[in-house]
Amino acid sequence: MVNFTLNGRETTFDGDPDTPLLWVIRDAERLTGTKYGCGIAQCGACTVHVDGMTARSCITPISALEGSSVTTIEAIDGPEAKAVQAAWQAIDVPQCGYCQSGQIMSAVSLLQFNPAPSDADIDGAMTGNICRCATYKRIRQAIHDAAKTLEG
Amino acid sequence: MDLDTIRPSRRAFLAGTGLVIGLTLVGRQAGAALLQGVPQGAPGQQTDLNAFVRVAPDGTVTVLSKHLEMGQGPYTGLTTIVAEELDADWAQMRVAAAPADDDVYKNLAFGMQGTGGSTSIANSYEQLRKAGATAKAMLVAAAAEEWGVPAGEITVEKGRIRHQGSGKNAGFGDFAEKAARMEAPAEVQLKDPKDFVLIGKDRHKLDTDEKTTGKAIFTLDVLADDMLIAMVAHSAHFGATVKSFDDGEARRVPGVVDVKQVPQGIAVYAENTFAALKGRAALRIEWDLSKAETRSSGQIYEDYRAAMKGDSFEAANRGDVSQALTAEGITSMDTEIVFPFLAHAPMEPLDAVLMQREDGSIDCYNGSQFPGQDKAAIAEICGVDPSKVRINVQLAGGSFGRRAQFGSPYMREAAAVFKASGMKRPVKHMWTREDDIRGGFYRPIYVHSIRGAVDKDGNIAGWDHTIVGQSIMNKDELDETTVEGTADMPYAIDNLRVVAHQPKLGVPVLWWRSVGHTHTAFAVETFLDRLLEQAGKDPVEGRLALLKDSPRHIGVLKKVAEIADWGAPLAEGRQRGVAVHKSFDTHVAEIAEVSLGDGGLPKVHKVWCAVDCGVAVNPNIIHAQMEGGIGYGLGAILFDSIDLGDGGAVRQSNFNDYRSLRINEMPEVEVAIIQSNEAPTGVGEPGVPPIGPAVANAWRRLTGRPVQRLPLTSGLVA
Repeated sequence: MVNFTLNGRETTFDGDPDTPLLWVIRDAERLTGTKYGCGIAQCGACTVHVDGMTARSCITPISALEGSSVTTIEAIDGPEAKAVQAAWQAIDVPQCGYCQSGQIMSAVSLLQFNPAPSDADIDGAMTGNICRCATYKRIRQAIHDAAKTLEG
Repeated sequence: MDLDTIRPSRRAFLAGTGLVIGLTLVGRQAGAALLQGVPQGAPGQQTDLNAFVRVAPDGTVTVLSKHLEMGQGPYTGLTTIVAEELDADWAQMRVAAAPADDDVYKNLAFGMQGTGGSTSIANSYEQLRKAGATAKAMLVAAAAEEWGVPAGEITVEKGRIRHQGSGKNAGFGDFAEKAARMEAPAEVQLKDPKDFVLIGKDRHKLDTDEKTTGKAIFTLDVLADDMLIAMVAHSAHFGATVKSFDDGEARRVPGVVDVKQVPQGIAVYAENTFAALKGRAALRIEWDLSKAETRSSGQIYEDYRAAMKGDSFEAANRGDVSQALTAEGITSMDTEIVFPFLAHAPMEPLDAVLMQREDGSIDCYNGSQFPGQDKAAIAEICGVDPSKVRINVQLAGGSFGRRAQFGSPYMREAAAVFKASGMKRPVKHMWTREDDIRGGFYRPIYVHSIRGAVDKDGNIAGWDHTIVGQSIMNKDELDETTVEGTADMPYAIDNLRVVAHQPKLGVPVLWWRSVGHTHTAFAVETFLDRLLEQAGKDPVEGRLALLKDSPRHIGVLKKVAEIADWGAPLAEGRQRGVAVHKSFDTHVAEIAEVSLGDGGLPKVHKVWCAVDCGVAVNPNIIHAQMEGGIGYGLGAILFDSIDLGDGGAVRQSNFNDYRSLRINEMPEVEVAIIQSNEAPTGVGEPGVPPIGPAVANAWRRLTGRPVQRLPLTSGLVA
């Protein structure tokens, strides 16, 4: 049995302790904004925040999360999240949209640690997130736009 | 025993003991409810004014999209076209997937319902303008009758119906029901394009917001009460069948409910995804390879070279190529270009949810590119009448061609899995990324052999082109997709021959974003570039001189040269390459600026792109498709290859060895759209073909080495 906090709510999982967080979120908790893309931490579609840091939920066993606090795209909040989502919407970043929850989770984390990222910083933080539609140009632009919003 | 009260752990325990096999798939029985997923049509009371336009009492207009939204923007584009002729306010417009109906919702370019070939806007443009104009005429007629005024005195603007004389005005919802009873006019006057209010302007996409909050529902997100997760163990070899299997270990995995053999492999059913994964991994399967394709990619390349000596299909033959290529005073040049298999690798792997209702009808939830075909496949496999199958089209997490399969082989697998389960509980059938990468339906392997020559005056004397590759359409005659973009190349070359060989191979193949143009544009545009260099001509000027009869090629080529400032001095260590290509009736020219990057690999700094797609319904989406097409094509030509190893098994398995372009590899992209009043043509695919040759041409100037084998980085050490 693993006790953790999911989007601010006390949550218990009593299934297979090897179960990756991704499938706990999607199957047991029925939160489907976090996506499956590869299962081996290569694409970032499953990115969530664990205790304030990005984590690839597809390779994070639930047994490692006793007492942790997990945030998914459904509950992402705060100035960085608002700025990122608004910037994404303003320039229509998504195409198919399937990877975008993970992209946004990574972008929000980047801005939380670095409110004014350079292009190199963006490369560093976002290289783990694949977008097969290749919306990268707009992702980069939206992160810069969000940083400007945060700057006020 | 009360099956309703069996919980997952109890079920799994019983399944492991073998006591209740066959019952465990029964679950809580009939009437299982859909918990999350997009059902057919829009919610609430609606009035249909025609097959495409639906009005709610509050005036909200829902356009029924006959095309799947997989990222290329048809939901927004089709809605824009209807709203334009309806004179609606954009804020009142919504979109929903149309049901499966090959008659009412057929793609006018295909003759059946389907999304692909960059046809969504092109085939729907007139049809949906008429649908919008007809709906407007009926609303006006209803208002005229109600108000007792001549219809000709009524105006519609931004969703309001007005009669100036009487001062009356109303919304669409006020007259929707009455309008639906009016006779649809046989003829409607469509707008002069100069009067367009919505078409031609940047417009936000209708699906953007839900795709930034995690709320957008894809097939993998469909949830139903008591739903099973199913996965199929497939062979690593194409054409292999199951000889025998041992599911003892698999059945002992907690949460695994059952294991069944289906024609495509061994299906594992589980209460959750992780149990399905573990159960599938625990299967022991012996495969019968007697009918499998066991050749390696290397062997296939060799076989294709040998096939060039055999009978061929002639796709073009003008002038006298043999004479031209042996004439005195010419300088001839040969090349071979080898193209590997490519997987589409959409972010959302293949999946479907199937559930049977109490009346025996079946609901399928999937990102369907050919809904009518999917419906027929499910009906056949599950043994129900097609009228009892509903296809509830969901957003698709990309496709790039992967979900468009004639005969619906993937849905046949999903339906076989559902059928084998007894169809009592809803089943979500999903593929993993490994299934996707190893699942076939690739862009075929092609081997091109080209011989050309330049005469002493610098003219291209002749061009003799041989292509070997499987027929995507599995034809026994010339398949246009083998030669499109080659036989019909726009250049004024007097002596041209193009022939094709289409060997059979036991690897299923499919169209991959831009189909034949993925290889033909590369072959033509890189070889032409070499001939022009041999002739001492500038790549842009040289092409322009050969494009006399192709004004739209000239238009995009001149435009891209202008925005890139072609000919201006470049930074040290950089080179540029250009390519121009028409696909799906859309003309695109691209210029790429490249340097030697880390480890000697190419670094693409910037790509300039000019596109002529006729009327630009939504420039925002056209820009996005050019940006995305460039990125998608660039990743493939730089990194990607599906290789069959010795014995025929696929070597690659996931994104670690089947690379995708990443953000640090994405060039800057600048796009210019040619202003046009021609009918709109597609943009989903045409951005792809020019990027490969543009980069390869720059790479050749940079390194002196022509690219004769893809991916470009094969053989380069990082």
